[in-house]
Amino acid sequence: MDKKLIVSAVLLAMLAACSSNAVKTKPAGPSAGAAAATGQSNGGNTANGKNAGNGGSDYSSSTSSASSNGVGYNPLKDPNNILSNRAVLFDFDKDDVKPEYRALVEAHAKYVAEHPDAKVTLQGNADNRGSREYNLSLGQRRAVSVKKVMNVNGASDNQIETVSYGEEKAHECKDEACFQQDRRVDIVYDND
Amino acid sequence: MNLQKIIYKTVILFFIAISFAQADMTIEIVGGAASQIPIAIAPFQADNHKISPNTISALVEADLKRCGLFKTLDTRGIANIPHTPAEIKFSDWSALQAQVLTIGDVQDLSNNRLRVTFRVFDVVRQSQLMAMEFEIGHSQQRVTAHKIADLIYEKLIGEPGDFSTKIAYVGKSYNKYVLQVADADGFNAQTIVSSKEPLISPTWSPDGNMIAYVSFEKKKPVIYVQSLLTGERTLLANFKGNNSAPAWSPDGKKIAIVLTYNANSQIHTINVDGSGLKKLSSNYSIETEPAWSPDGNQIYFTSNRGGSPQVYVMSAEGGDAKRVTFDGNYNVSPHISADGKLLTYIKQVPEGFRVAVTDLQSNVTTILSNTSQDESPSFSPNGRMVLYATAIRGRGTLAAASVDGKIKQVFNDGGLDVREPSWGPRVN
Repeated sequence: MDKKLIVSAVLLAMLAACSSNAVKTKPAGPSAGAAAATGQSNGGNTANGKNAGNGGSDYSSSTSSASSNGVGYNPLKDPNNILSNRAVLFDFDKDDVKPEYRALVEAHAKYVAEHPDAKVTLQGNADNRGSREYNLSLGQRRAVSVKKVMNVNGASDNQIETVSYGEEKAHECKDEACFQQDRRVDIVYDND
Repeated sequence: MNLQKIIYKTVILFFIAISFAQADMTIEIVGGAASQIPIAIAPFQADNHKISPNTISALVEADLKRCGLFKTLDTRGIANIPHTPAEIKFSDWSALQAQVLTIGDVQDLSNNRLRVTFRVFDVVRQSQLMAMEFEIGHSQQRVTAHKIADLIYEKLIGEPGDFSTKIAYVGKSYNKYVLQVADADGFNAQTIVSSKEPLISPTWSPDGNMIAYVSFEKKKPVIYVQSLLTGERTLLANFKGNNSAPAWSPDGKKIAIVLTYNANSQIHTINVDGSGLKKLSSNYSIETEPAWSPDGNQIYFTSNRGGSPQVYVMSAEGGDAKRVTFDGNYNVSPHISADGKLLTYIKQVPEGFRVAVTDLQSNVTTILSNTSQDESPSFSPNGRMVLYATAIRGRGTLAAASVDGKIKQVFNDGGLDVREPSWGPRVN
């Protein structure tokens, strides 16, 4: 998971670098919640600091600056935008969205609300301990949990689908740091 | 010591009771301090003293040992292994403390077939309990050995044996998942489904002719029903969201399934032809892993409605549920024995996830396993054993334990990472 995120972030950064100034970021008020979120889900990524600065407050100012300043800007793919973070992590056998992920989920909710054509799939996952069927249900419940936060923040149900892979995509883990990465909801956009 | 005596006497009474119930039963269990029947299986003629896992008498011995009700005795100290009644020196076998002796031989017939004869004796009474003869092809040695073990089991225990039944499970190698059906001892595996996406939760139809399972091949879990006779399969459930946890009703007509739509897992029933979908549970919690009571009137299931996953039971028509497990914070994957008296499930203990059996009348719970990543327990048809998945050195494998936890056996995994076992029905 870590590696994947970092690799995609690097790829995106390279793409962004190629497409001459297409990427605009806008500094905004710091959000402690977003900082924690990006720090945990994207650990080690050098973009963290900027994410923290950008996150949570108002991603749409990024899009508005993009629409005025550049063609093809996609906040979902801007490694400096909180929307590029797609992983919400959970505690063992828990499905509540932890406070440090609220800003991340709310940012995606806002994006979905403001883009009626956007379709998002919330893919729930669980670590590989315990029952596969229970974990399938637990992954689903985590996805539903994220959906509810998005609903409250204006995202419409018909733009969101929830699915679960249970523990079927989990890694062979030996420690909590590894298990933690598998207890996850991935926010996946249809045209990603 | 006293306690042992009492247990022992109880066991004797138990077997005597069975011997009266079964009119032709003549065995008496005397001597020895164990609750298992001490049985000597003299190597059959053709494989005398060449103990190889493929010989018939070795397979019979392995079957009987595995189920936990027999103490199989080492016969290597016996100088002259008998193969006919006239060759038996009963003093040899009573010295070995055997109460039961089986002898037999395998004759190679001229027509490329084998004649297998076996006899069972009560060592104490020095009398023959049963004798049988089979004429088989060379490839039928395993089937015949399991059949002989079933016959001996039924003669001595008074209920049918499960050695000729089948099991289903999922194996993973590289990025391929296979659903396999094998003999109850894990041999003779045949792949019935192969997929690049995960397969989970195989469940048998009561007649043993079909298997329902969950496949992720549509990029989300959906349920298929597949015939073992023709290989034909049909999509049973592909509703919005997840479709999972199939469990066949004892009358074979319905399948309990779990659907999510865009919310949490809830238990439904659906007819085998895909008609008649009915929602049984309606909660904000996780409701999953339905398991039918043998009479088909109730459904046991896993729910976290109380804050942690526990086993509950409700009417098969839905409605209020009663909590069944109370001890601990994680009790999942229920399965009920055919007599309705025992519940097996996975329990989280400080050492990890282990197979538990709870007597639903006395509420006494036994932990069967000593491993830490156990999953997916199911009873043998006669309820004497539990088949489950565990992990040994990081690799999934199958294991079986007697319901008292005294006998455990890890299966030969054939090189696959194995999980999700389900014990098939007894079909005659």
